[in-house]
Amino acid sequence: MTLDELKDKIGIGDDKVYAAMGAFDNPEDLVDAGRKIREMGYTKLDAMSPFPVHGIDDAIGVPASKLGWVVVWFSALGALTAVTLIWYVGAIDYRLVIGGKPYFDFSYTIPIAFELTVLFSAFASFLGMWAINGLPRLYHPSLNYSQAHRASDDLFILVIEANDPKFNPQQAAEHLRSVGAGDVEVVEG
Amino acid sequence: MSAVLQDPQLMEVNPPLVRSEDYHDLTEQISVIVEGDVVKTPTKYWITLAVTASITGLLGAMIVYLVSTGIGVWGNNRPIGWAWDITNFVFWIGIGHAGTLISAILFLFRQKWRTSINRSAEAMTLFAVMCAGIFPLFHTGRPWRAYWLFPIPNTDLNLWQNFRSPLIWDVFAVSTYFTVSLLFWFTGLVPDLATLRDRTTNKLKQWIFGALSLGWRGSARHWSNYEKAYLILAAISTPLVLSVHSIVSFDFATSVIPGWHTTIFPPYFVAGAIFSGFACVMTLLLIARWTLNLQNLITMKHLENMNKIILVTGSIVGYAYACEFFVAWYSGDIYERFTFLNRAFGPYWWAAWSMYSCNVFIPQLYWFKKMRNNLWVMFIISITTNIGMWFERFVIIATSLTRDFLPTSWGYFHPTWVDMCTFLGTIGLFLTLFLVFARFLPMIAISEVKGVLAVQKHQFKDEEVVAHDLR
Repeated sequence: MTLDELKDKIGIGDDKVYAAMGAFDNPEDLVDAGRKIREMGYTKLDAMSPFPVHGIDDAIGVPASKLGWVVVWFSALGALTAVTLIWYVGAIDYRLVIGGKPYFDFSYTIPIAFELTVLFSAFASFLGMWAINGLPRLYHPSLNYSQAHRASDDLFILVIEANDPKFNPQQAAEHLRSVGAGDVEVVEG
Repeated sequence: MSAVLQDPQLMEVNPPLVRSEDYHDLTEQISVIVEGDVVKTPTKYWITLAVTASITGLLGAMIVYLVSTGIGVWGNNRPIGWAWDITNFVFWIGIGHAGTLISAILFLFRQKWRTSINRSAEAMTLFAVMCAGIFPLFHTGRPWRAYWLFPIPNTDLNLWQNFRSPLIWDVFAVSTYFTVSLLFWFTGLVPDLATLRDRTTNKLKQWIFGALSLGWRGSARHWSNYEKAYLILAAISTPLVLSVHSIVSFDFATSVIPGWHTTIFPPYFVAGAIFSGFACVMTLLLIARWTLNLQNLITMKHLENMNKIILVTGSIVGYAYACEFFVAWYSGDIYERFTFLNRAFGPYWWAAWSMYSCNVFIPQLYWFKKMRNNLWVMFIISITTNIGMWFERFVIIATSLTRDFLPTSWGYFHPTWVDMCTFLGTIGLFLTLFLVFARFLPMIAISEVKGVLAVQKHQFKDEEVVAHDLR
């Protein structure tokens, strides 16, 4: 596959449109505007902000995170790994009387089972979060927005993505302006 | 809006947590320290770093000497098989606990004041656990075989670990603790690294921060998963931090030595750990606040809250001491009774009374608001607390081991110069790592403090509305 084909496939390149983007000075305005834009019928919305903004998930329709389920399974796996390991070592592979203690007893697996539960959950939530978010990633079209670098400083950016069925570049930009966004741009992919 | 925000006098008592005008100003205040172009790093910083780095060099020299000569260069000898090395191990692990407590437990309790101090407290945890790990690692005598502690299939050792021993539990507890703390700390850092990436114009820094921030762009979808991950990490770190020092205390409590074999050890060790850890955060923050001018972000309110926690945990530690004495007397066990009388009035009376004074008596000054708000008082108490907590571990270990059941096997412990220089060296390593962190990474969680500022602004907005309505 050539680079151009690849770009085509993932929807980036100078000839593509990624989204219409506009910026707000504070989180309250972003949430208000997001809600209004959603009421106009747009469904593919995103926002960029320097910190998690309260209420934005409801306003622009970000689904609840599924990370919790991933972590639950991994934590169970952690506990199971510990108990299995200790049982296999003590009762099967290396039977040795130490201080008259039984070859295997559930009670002395508790500390290590607990620690491995925590360790597995931590890795699941850390790696799971990056995996679900699709990061790390070298390039993203939203970075073509002239104010993108301020999303990590003091700007709150609203994004109407081009894959929205209702998307029309001029109209989306006009809608963003109508809800009070500044620096509205149609951003290339 | 509540009456508190309208009454100027009450506002005085309950001042805003962060003193900053807007989000950009906050970014500036924290980032300029890391960037070091607008605000030059003071010369006193480099001098301090040079001093601590040379002390770290001393640690390196001591380790080379120890490994090339043998464990005999330490003062450990019968009947003290565990001496300064385990004292220092428990001391450093304990210091680490405040970091996790601040970042995880206070997060779950929605304590907004934690945001200014959690980053540095977490970093302190990592550095303290590194220092702690050095002691058992080199006490094994052959640190290059340290991987034998883990259940890794290997060909040079056809043995398995003894999972019935609390020492192996400790290996799991401490390594899990370090790993989880590192993941938690790094997760918190990513949005701030993105801020630094977006600010810098230096090509090399763009590459470094760009790689470290993993392409973070602040998308609402990402924040949603991010907050979930952060919440889960906090939720699992909370029992983790309680488990780590409990398991460390099992090293002692599951033995039969008088003075060690008690069920009070896990909660007693955990309270002591939080106590010493908060004191250590206090020492470091006071120095950082003064040298890097962070008065607007680390306010008196933060410091006062920490002093309250020091008072509470210090009193719990005092209660545990009293409880131990009572149980020793009430048990009717002559060895147990002897151990505790020997602790307070035997050859180590000086260590025991240093510990009682520093840990129990001196922190009682914090009942007074004046004392909780005096920078000099809190600096001195933060240091005496850590001296006291070091003595606590030493007293527990030395008094029980030097005089146990048979008077014929009694002894007295003398540390060697290598013991002393190694401990001093870990202090150097700890301070060096902290100084490097404070200069080269954002010491205060930019994105989290902005969240607090947003709430604060919101409150003031409402207050103006209410004030206007009243008029």
